[in-house]
Amino acid sequence: MQLTLWTYEGPPHIGAMRIATAMRGLHYVLHAPQGDTYADLLFTMIERRDRRPPVTYTTFRAQDLGRDTAELFKTAVAEAHARFAPQAMIVGASCTAELIQDDPGGLARALDLPIPVVPLELPAYQKKENWGAAETFYRLVRALAGPAVSRPVREPGRRPLCNVLGPTALGFRHRDDLVEVRALLDRLGVDVNVVAPLDATPADLARLGAADFNVVLYPETARSAADYLKKHHGQPFTREVPIGVGGTRRFVEEVAALAGLDAGPVLDGAGSRLPWYSRSVDSTYLTAKRVFVFGDATHAIGLARVAARELGFTVVGLGTYSREFAREVRAEAAEHGVEALITDDYLDVEAAIRAAAPELVLGTQMERHVAKRLGLPCAVISAPVHVQDFPARHSPQMGFAGADVLFDTLVHPLMMGLEEHLLGMFREDPEFHDGVAPSHLGGRPAATPEAVGRAPVETPEASAPASPGPAGADAIWAPDAEKELKKIPFFVRGKARSNTEKFARERRLPLITLETLYDAKAHFGR
Amino acid sequence: MNAPVLPPAGGCGGIDLRQEDGQRAVFCGLTGIVWLHRKIRDAFFLVVGSRTCAHLIQSAAGVMIFAEPRFATAIIDERDLAGLADANDELDRVVSRLIERRPDIKLLFLVGSCPSEVIKLDLSRAAQRLSARMAPVRVLNYSGSGIETTFTQGEDACLAALVPDLPREAPDAAPSLLVVGSLADVVEDQFRRTFAAMGIADLRFLPARRAGEMPAVGRGTRYLLAQPFLADTARALDGLGARRLCAPFPLGAEGTTGWLRAAAEAFGVSEETFATATASGRARAETALAAYRDKLGGRRVFFFPDSQLEVPLARFLARELGAELVEVGTPYLHRAHLAAEIELLPDGTRVTEGQSLDDQMDRCRAARPDLTVCGLGLANPLEAEGLATKWSIELLFTPVQGYEQAGDLAELFARPLRRRALLEV
Repeated sequence: MQLTLWTYEGPPHIGAMRIATAMRGLHYVLHAPQGDTYADLLFTMIERRDRRPPVTYTTFRAQDLGRDTAELFKTAVAEAHARFAPQAMIVGASCTAELIQDDPGGLARALDLPIPVVPLELPAYQKKENWGAAETFYRLVRALAGPAVSRPVREPGRRPLCNVLGPTALGFRHRDDLVEVRALLDRLGVDVNVVAPLDATPADLARLGAADFNVVLYPETARSAADYLKKHHGQPFTREVPIGVGGTRRFVEEVAALAGLDAGPVLDGAGSRLPWYSRSVDSTYLTAKRVFVFGDATHAIGLARVAARELGFTVVGLGTYSREFAREVRAEAAEHGVEALITDDYLDVEAAIRAAAPELVLGTQMERHVAKRLGLPCAVISAPVHVQDFPARHSPQMGFAGADVLFDTLVHPLMMGLEEHLLGMFREDPEFHDGVAPSHLGGRPAATPEAVGRAPVETPEASAPASPGPAGADAIWAPDAEKELKKIPFFVRGKARSNTEKFARERRLPLITLETLYDAKAHFGR
Repeated sequence: MNAPVLPPAGGCGGIDLRQEDGQRAVFCGLTGIVWLHRKIRDAFFLVVGSRTCAHLIQSAAGVMIFAEPRFATAIIDERDLAGLADANDELDRVVSRLIERRPDIKLLFLVGSCPSEVIKLDLSRAAQRLSARMAPVRVLNYSGSGIETTFTQGEDACLAALVPDLPREAPDAAPSLLVVGSLADVVEDQFRRTFAAMGIADLRFLPARRAGEMPAVGRGTRYLLAQPFLADTARALDGLGARRLCAPFPLGAEGTTGWLRAAAEAFGVSEETFATATASGRARAETALAAYRDKLGGRRVFFFPDSQLEVPLARFLARELGAELVEVGTPYLHRAHLAAEIELLPDGTRVTEGQSLDDQMDRCRAARPDLTVCGLGLANPLEAEGLATKWSIELLFTPVQGYEQAGDLAELFARPLRRRALLEV
């Protein structure tokens, strides 16, 4: 048993629902008790979908357990087929139905429906949502993509053809990423054969084999299907994920190579504003900002690269809840000289964030809450999704436009930090203390001497180190050293304090003086 | 599935009651944790279940609104199922860790789920064992599983689990009044003032706001149900000798008056005192409701089954605001507890007990009601088909009982209509 307050991923059948809901002409019959129907609201409320997910739940109850839940399931399949007339169906069990072992696949097969019915085995007590999505997509592709066809050699003049794999319902910015990637492919001279699963029909999946290669946008959901298509249909697939300027350029080069095209025109054409914005002198203050990155593997890796190479931040922590991609995340973390955090326990993530003392957190909605508690700026870069992650405006993470969005996403929380810093610098002025409203809101300077000298943003728990450390008693701060510490901008003060204390502890200094403070500063550097 | 609508069941006042069976679109009883943990402020709810349970509560709670909530899930994994780990040892370990983290917790509920019921994990024995070990923390258990409970029945199961633990009233104690079912604090305080004005000072609430303040119950206890979904709790209270006062539910002015009057009669409050105590509340409710009669009068309303509040809400809409009831779906109709409500529904009102989702959606589409009251899974899809909807969960999360909230309750139904009239896009 695992004690869980919040979860990063739902159970695997939610992943299957993300595939079913993304597609058209597909229906999912889920053997599940009535409460499991809550899942509909993820799609209709969080993603604001205008249709119910194409899912029929058997909604069995305790009284049915003594009778025939298998019959209930068969009736549900037969009726769903009659009512919705899908091109294909998927059938499976949620966690409770898995325990009663009704064999949905076998029961559905016995009905001998005139359409493909794909059984899903999604072990609910071992696996999670993204795995469930990948497995479902793979099973569908395997069942529907048909036998391998020999593609005719491309005639001169015919544009290369690719499939785009990975976007699902309830995906983090999948809708907008797809627009960008389609535009990129078009500029390169590549045509799109099928996008799947988003808006694809089972009939579209049968046409997958016609493409020359596959573009994999989200390995979490599409890599196993792409592996299958590579093996059985001889289609190579892309490994580069077009997140950030560098990621997008590498992606363009990779696609151009697969398609036998020249990447030059796209690479030399209009790109992102990010490089110039990052070089603009006002961005100097971003240098070596300490950033902690946590999310699904695709976004965690992509954002760590953007943060380090395109904004000049220092990655002080990198992790993922996607255990399936632990290897990739570990390799990326090594590039940044940190150890990857692979966990789905958000309390572990919180502890790691505290310990790393970052100046910016890039994470999920969960890390947003952690950051709020710690008084740190934060941007959300990955699922699990929230209604805020489906903005009305076009807001991709991928492609050159996505890089523009990322620049804003990563820098805006810090701009607020800079404002706070300026307030800190002016804190001796009578206009700037927390006892007075901002002047543009009609605040008047007031003579409140006790407020003067207090920093406007004082977050002791936030900036204090997580734990004083096991070795012996902590050194005491001399008043002048303590006063000097307050002169350090608040957003690095926590780090300065913990470094100084560590320095004193290691040298067994009982008292931290002004000298100790500056000795430690020289020792750790920045 | 999708069984044809059964013939009228009959024997239920003048309503047209039908029963239906098939796919349901309702939450399970675990959802009640979302409001119960806010009500009992030193209680913690530990679901013993699957990742689905954790995901459900997280999604139903408005997706991660509380930094560290007073509910969590002990997720059963394959080791527990394969017998590699003793589920009871695992549970003890999880509970110990939890209590260490949260020393402010005085009452812990182990909440059973579909998987824990199916694998027959005995949570009542676990609760007894842990109560002894974790003293002074009290450990109780109930089931919120979807195979046994529908949405608000989770609260019923929780309160029923509290009853055997309540202090016992002395046999010769003077009669006291107990209000059963969680209400917003502000509503409780209003009722407390009204009952005091009627001369009923010994008023208690179940659940209390703190674990140590739960009400004493005995033969002198007369209780009013504040919610229509408390069948098991009522049965447990009856078992202790308490007596239920038959009344409509305190929704709208009429329902509130009927509810208060049931207590007045039981406690021998004079008609004059009752009239004085309720006069200002009734007048204010009347003023507040008058403004909504134009907006909701003659509007055709369709209820999908959700919280068991449907019948009292429909009665309020029909009688106090002049709305027309197309169909009143309810997951379960407790004939005895709702007797006074059924009596007040317009003759021939179609009430559907149970659900066959697709068939019911077909009827709703065919009827094209002016307002459809439904769960969150259905609301946007129906809006996209051009139907105005009111999501029903808000009727549970918002204080709607009593005179002072009668206008707010009407507003919840009127707002979707007003909004549609406002929008030009």
